[in-house]
Amino acid sequence: MEEKRYELNKNLAQMLKGGVIMDVTTPEQARIAEEAGACAVMALERIPADIRAAGGVSRMSDPKMIKGIQEAVSIPVMAKCRIGHFVEAQVLEAIEIDYIDESEVLSPADDVYHIDKTKFKVPFVCGARDLGEALRRISEGAAMIRTKGEPGTGDIVQAVRHMRAMNKEIRRIQNISCDELFEAAKQLQVPVDLLRFVHENGTLPVVNFAAGGVATPADAALMMQLGAEGVFVGSGIFKSGNPAKRATAIVQAVTNYTDARLIAELSEDLGEAMVGINESEIELLMAERGK
Amino acid sequence: MKIGILALQGAFAEHGKMLDKLNAEHFEIRNRMDLDKGFDGLIIPGGESTVMGKLLRDLDMYDNLKDKVKNGLPVFGTCAGLLLLAGEVCGEPALGFRTMDIMVKRNAYGRQLGSFYAEEEFSGIGKIPMTFIRAPYISHISENVECLARVDGKIVAARQGRQLVTAFHPELSDDLRVHEYFLTMMRGYHNKDLFS
Repeated sequence: MEEKRYELNKNLAQMLKGGVIMDVTTPEQARIAEEAGACAVMALERIPADIRAAGGVSRMSDPKMIKGIQEAVSIPVMAKCRIGHFVEAQVLEAIEIDYIDESEVLSPADDVYHIDKTKFKVPFVCGARDLGEALRRISEGAAMIRTKGEPGTGDIVQAVRHMRAMNKEIRRIQNISCDELFEAAKQLQVPVDLLRFVHENGTLPVVNFAAGGVATPADAALMMQLGAEGVFVGSGIFKSGNPAKRATAIVQAVTNYTDARLIAELSEDLGEAMVGINESEIELLMAERGK
Repeated sequence: MKIGILALQGAFAEHGKMLDKLNAEHFEIRNRMDLDKGFDGLIIPGGESTVMGKLLRDLDMYDNLKDKVKNGLPVFGTCAGLLLLAGEVCGEPALGFRTMDIMVKRNAYGRQLGSFYAEEEFSGIGKIPMTFIRAPYISHISENVECLARVDGKIVAARQGRQLVTAFHPELSDDLRVHEYFLTMMRGYHNKDLFS
């Protein structure tokens, strides 16, 4: 992958900042998401909550279904491939997807290796629970990072844990001395040049969104106040009582994430939130996939 | 001289960093209250124009900001910002202020695989780096609009009075000259006491 292409791919993530990326399963849902103010949509056959309920092996979506969504909206369209499944990624690149999510939400295709994302022209976003995972994905070519959270639960606890862990480690790396970076890189199992970037800049070298368990405007604002640059909302919208209204409210909450009075207004009469499952009640922790 | 950067969604922080390097005072505009803070110039950043167009209305900022631009507030729009100032958008409704007599083609270079980098002449500045991300171009301008740059024959930067637009993202490069151009443009009007 040429250097310029990687820059352009990181740049697209910069344009998504301050925005909400919504999971959609049909062209109709995609249009609702776009009208509600989504800055991009994630096209998938089943939202994480249903994947969780259905069990079994979960794969890349039907390209025809993804193309239907590409035709329905003018905003960027993302789609998921399985961890390590580089042919699914090739297929998504062939249909000119705007971003590929190499995602733990689907069943992993490789339990050791992630995709060598430097081989692709289209950008990748990957999930991470901490700084080590984030920098490993970036070294593999990811142009954007998101917290893993725990998808399909409507429970924000894991996304909070992952964002806090990432920020805490970034602060630690900022404060160690230059000659300690080599040992830190060894411990974190990451390239020292990426760690040096974190040391000097106090941020990841790519945009970092929150994902996994966001169900309410307050959840979205919480993640923004914790330092997320934008938010993915998966099952939280189309598993709720009034998707259009909830989506609109979450979009506004992300823009004005410190305005508690506005968030209070936005949280009124949203209808039923996604039911949700606690992390202790679920058998499958998707965040444990792909480290 | 203070610049308001529309911070509803997108790459607004990048514009702030450019202005920091130029020692220009700036603040973020996120809601109706911010519009009363008083500012001498406005930047509309890159991002998704559909999102910003909707939030401008949902947050009750549209009419107020449109009046300001119509009454001569200097404004600089990049990419989505260009779309929000365009009078017409090919094949879809224009969601923005429609204060510039230009017609724009949205996602004119296709999806992300069509995003590209170029270096071309910018009128009065010289050759500058240009980053195009799912970018539009200007397909038509009226006589009162000045074309400032072209790439492959397509207009990618233009000016009409106090309104400056680029289809590319000067805020993603280290080259400060387009932002300097905007500051000079603002000062020109400021000195005439059109704004105080």
